Amino acid sequence: MSITTAGVRRVPRGPLRPVRDALAVAERNLIAYRRVPQLLVFSTIQPVIFVLLFTYVFGGAVQSSIPGIPYVDYLMPGIFVQTTVFGAIGAAVGLATDLKSGLLERFRSLPMARSAVLAGRTGADLARNVFVASLMAAVGFLVGFRIHTGALAFVAGMLLVLLFGYVMSWIFATVGLAVGDPETAQAAAFPVMAPLVFASSAFVPVSSMPSWLQPFAEHQPVSVTASAVRALMIGGPTTSYVLQSLAWCVGILLVFVPVAVRRYRRSV
Amino acid sequence: MSDTAILVEGLAKRFGDVVALDGIDFQVPAGTVFGLLGPNGAGKTTAIRILTTILAPDGGRAEVLGLDVVVQADDVRYRIGLAGQYAAIDPNLTGRENLRLTGRLAQLPGADARARADELLERFALTDAADRPARTYSGGMRRRLDVAAALVQRPQVVFLDEPTTGLDLPSRNALWEMIRELVADGTTVLLTTQYLEEADRLAERIAVVDGGKVIANDTPAALKAQLGSTVIELGMGEAARALKAGDLLAERLRTRPERDGATVRLTSGDGARQLIDVLRLLDDHQLAPTTLAVREPSMDDVFLALTGHRAEDEAAAEGEAAAAGPGRAGRGPGRRGGP
Repeated sequence: MSITTAGVRRVPRGPLRPVRDALAVAERNLIAYRRVPQLLVFSTIQPVIFVLLFTYVFGGAVQSSIPGIPYVDYLMPGIFVQTTVFGAIGAAVGLATDLKSGLLERFRSLPMARSAVLAGRTGADLARNVFVASLMAAVGFLVGFRIHTGALAFVAGMLLVLLFGYVMSWIFATVGLAVGDPETAQAAAFPVMAPLVFASSAFVPVSSMPSWLQPFAEHQPVSVTASAVRALMIGGPTTSYVLQSLAWCVGILLVFVPVAVRRYRRSV
Repeated sequence: MSDTAILVEGLAKRFGDVVALDGIDFQVPAGTVFGLLGPNGAGKTTAIRILTTILAPDGGRAEVLGLDVVVQADDVRYRIGLAGQYAAIDPNLTGRENLRLTGRLAQLPGADARARADELLERFALTDAADRPARTYSGGMRRRLDVAAALVQRPQVVFLDEPTTGLDLPSRNALWEMIRELVADGTTVLLTTQYLEEADRLAERIAVVDGGKVIANDTPAALKAQLGSTVIELGMGEAARALKAGDLLAERLRTRPERDGATVRLTSGDGARQLIDVLRLLDDHQLAPTTLAVREPSMDDVFLALTGHRAEDEAAAEGEAAAAGPGRAGRGPGRRGGP
């Protein structure tokens, strides 16, 4: 059966519409990376620079506070997590751009699933993160990163990185829809992101931070995820960090998916 | 299905303290062009956003093809096309990809979306540029692509929000021609415009909107007739003389002259008689005009008579604001200025 309006054939309405529409939007967002490769620069060159900088410049100084393992092995799991957080800013900038250009207005007048723009955007970000995380792993191995556990644990760590990146996309998607302007989105995203990334265990052990900062740095989502991924890749107590990280992911999705969808429905 | 394509009753919308629509009513018969005419901030875009299911109204109701835009929003979306104020296209996609994406999201089967994209590219003279990213397009090409995207699902009702803003003359004429063809095919078109000439040329009926209210709703001819048949424009050379002449005419001929710099403008139901009286009176007071024009009233004059201010002043001010701003000046309900 196909819905016909003025002799136009349609795909029947049904439960698959949100999936089809999200795929169409995701494809559209991924084409942008092919057409404007600069979009990938921020999410690839920047983490590569971080790897080199932290390994060769700060590494010597930091090494003393992490006895027993080479700093690069400590660093890389943190870099994977940090990369997906920085990359998620793309969702804020991209959605703010679509909002400002009137594209979301067009989408909202079409008989497409209301969830598709956000699902497509975050889905495209996930696909991009698969590429970027693979690239970062390759760079890591080149500068001496070694897995101390096993291949399965490493893959599990990468999956956690990708899940966390997906969750971050929803936060920044909300930011983008809320501010509605790409430059403002970029500016608004940084203050959200910087404390999460730098006041965390991503680059240095939390024990090296001042005592007033430690409670935040110990429990915030980037830290527990970096610690979980690190435990999966180089060993150490794993279960607690993984569970904390998963709890953060679920909690953030429970809050931000409805908020983002609500913002999308109301944005013009 | 009724012969009324669009029905609007008591439609109201406010954004915080700003009343965008203060209870508007109008009906659009199927297969006609209806014009919403008004200055920026009058509520035209808000009305279009409600009718295209993008915004929910605070009060009143609206139907498109007998379907309630709130309750049956999804059904409405299968039947409408929207071209907003600024070309809503993805600059990173090619023209062809933009139209295919719109087709897929309009739930056309893949093959149909591809065929329809090709057909529209041909129709809008974009075939040569079809495989270039849309960011390389000129303003006119972007607008054509945008209107093409609005037509992808062969909508029965098309909404065009200031479709010719920023278009050069040939592009504007081509778009007008396209609108006439759509209507000849039975499509209903609702367009908003600040260009009085555009509403006059295209629309069978016009609702003049100001401050969120419909202040007139009639045919272009009737709106002009309501005002009088003739406009007399007297160039007085300098503002002081224009002021004197205006006062004199108001007092002695019981007219309502409008002064604009050194020009005095009068409307009249009996142009010839009025003209003789005006010139005689002015000559008697050594106020003979330096230039004289007698013309049919334009929609601009209609607007002035109805609202007390000229549409073009605000349109020009808005144009400057848009040129000065980084992107879409005045976009979004929260940033919209008061009426």
